[in-house]
Amino acid sequence: MVGLMRRLSRASMGVALAVLALYAMGPLVVLVFNAFKTNTEIASNPLGPPLRPTFGNLAEAWELGNFATTLRNSAILAVGTALGVCIVSYLTAYALARLLRRPTGMVLYLFVSTAVPAQLFIIPVFFFWTRVHLNNSLFGLMLIYWALFTPFGSLLLRAFLVSLPRDIDDAARIDGAGEWAVMTRVILPLARPGLLVVALTTGLFAWNEFFFANTLIDYEELKPISTSLLAFRGQFSRDWGLTSAGCLFMIGPVLVLFLVLQRRFISGLTSGSLRA
Amino acid sequence: MGDGTTYRRGANSIVAARARFGLVLLVPFLALNVIVIVGPSLATAYFSLTDWTGVGPAQWVGLDNYRRLLSEAEFYAALAHNLVWTGIHLTVPIGIALVGAAMLARIRRGRLVLRLVYFLPYTVASVVTAAIWQDLLDPERGILTLLSSVGVTVPNGLVLLGEQATALPSVAMINVWALWGFLLVIFLSAMQGIDESLYEAARIDGANAVREFWHVTLPGIFPTLVFVVVISVMWSLLAFDYVWIITQGGPAGATELVSTLMYREAFERFDVGYAASMGLSLTLISAFVTIGFVVVRRKGWSV
Repeated sequence: MVGLMRRLSRASMGVALAVLALYAMGPLVVLVFNAFKTNTEIASNPLGPPLRPTFGNLAEAWELGNFATTLRNSAILAVGTALGVCIVSYLTAYALARLLRRPTGMVLYLFVSTAVPAQLFIIPVFFFWTRVHLNNSLFGLMLIYWALFTPFGSLLLRAFLVSLPRDIDDAARIDGAGEWAVMTRVILPLARPGLLVVALTTGLFAWNEFFFANTLIDYEELKPISTSLLAFRGQFSRDWGLTSAGCLFMIGPVLVLFLVLQRRFISGLTSGSLRA
Repeated sequence: MGDGTTYRRGANSIVAARARFGLVLLVPFLALNVIVIVGPSLATAYFSLTDWTGVGPAQWVGLDNYRRLLSEAEFYAALAHNLVWTGIHLTVPIGIALVGAAMLARIRRGRLVLRLVYFLPYTVASVVTAAIWQDLLDPERGILTLLSSVGVTVPNGLVLLGEQATALPSVAMINVWALWGFLLVIFLSAMQGIDESLYEAARIDGANAVREFWHVTLPGIFPTLVFVVVISVMWSLLAFDYVWIITQGGPAGATELVSTLMYREAFERFDVGYAASMGLSLTLISAFVTIGFVVVRRKGWSV
């Protein structure tokens, strides 16, 4: 009897986990399906797999939505953000983990920084950036992303650097290495796994970011894919095949990278994740 | 003076030089932080005490904006919507994530794959998530038609995102879809840190799965649960993306949140001083909630 109960509860657990998997994946699968269907087919078969797959939506959306440009803009933002955040965070984390004698206050400041809401500063940022012509500029937007994500990156890297044994630096110093050389040639190569996590996480944040991109960029040719996709959907709202194809352009690169490097993504996104 | 003192002095100066180098390394971070976050945040505090359209000089008005805020029905309505949003986010995604993680922690085969599957929605951009669900909730060809085809009666032409009564919970549930898997992964890693012998002891005492969950799992992940509650409240108070993308606060203000209202005041109505007072109030409210939780936790409160 107990054995039967246990088997039954195991079975219902399996069903529940499968339902959750369907809840997570179903909507994404439908999106991919619809990207390969004609609108006639979507009307009769809105949720199932495409019976006559077509690439027409992808080709048409690519042209109409100007995705070559917007994907390039988003790639610049994501890579530039990741690089900048890595550099600034590494310098900060290195100072906190290896050089400063009393880093506690600064660490606390970083924690508070990760929790400061954008609503507190976005309004003056817009008017100041406009004043100095940093609006409608990918660099101007990237500057904001650097500031938003370096507290997170610094904390993550600091935790990583603290875990490296001190003897490494001391041995290098005894061999006559200067402070700069210890930082860039001895510790930096060891910090690579941590840097990769920071780069992936902040690159994804920048790729998906909407609030600041929507506020600061209104030139069509400078829009990242997030805000231009929204405009594209507004323009072709009843054409599901077309808009699904556009959505696929935005999540395709993320999905591929995520599947390849999932552990690093998940560890980065779930660590000290006060900033959404 | 022996050699020891000289040596120590030498070592001290090396440590001091290192610390100076460390301070130099902080400069890029501090510069970015001051230019983008601290400076503009202080400016928000200043503008909130002025009447400003975004161009020309700002007119000092003292606390007028705050007085207006406290007398504006629109603001209270938005705050109430944020509370509804918070209520949904404190129950639905946390509930699913807790139960899902507890189940996932008990299986071995497929755990990593399922973890990945559940986490995936969190990596999808808000713009895309909104698009997917707006299509899925379409009354003519969305999942509601699927329900009626298997015999569940759906009121004719039910536009979940277009009705005043259902729009807000519907948008919130779209946000929930993006979030629950993320929370599940956080809970899962906390549960995997619980000492296995506690479960064994519970089993020897004859505890079933439910009692195990209440008496071992929940206490074991309590700090994580508090953390998740805090970020859920914070994110709910600050929510913006989904409402702005899907309903723009409509229909007839039914989904207006404090953030979207602030955005409208600042960038559409150009009532910048008033919008700034809203941004600062929102920040203070979320700071109070966060600090409140930290204090409560420090005092060792537990359920």
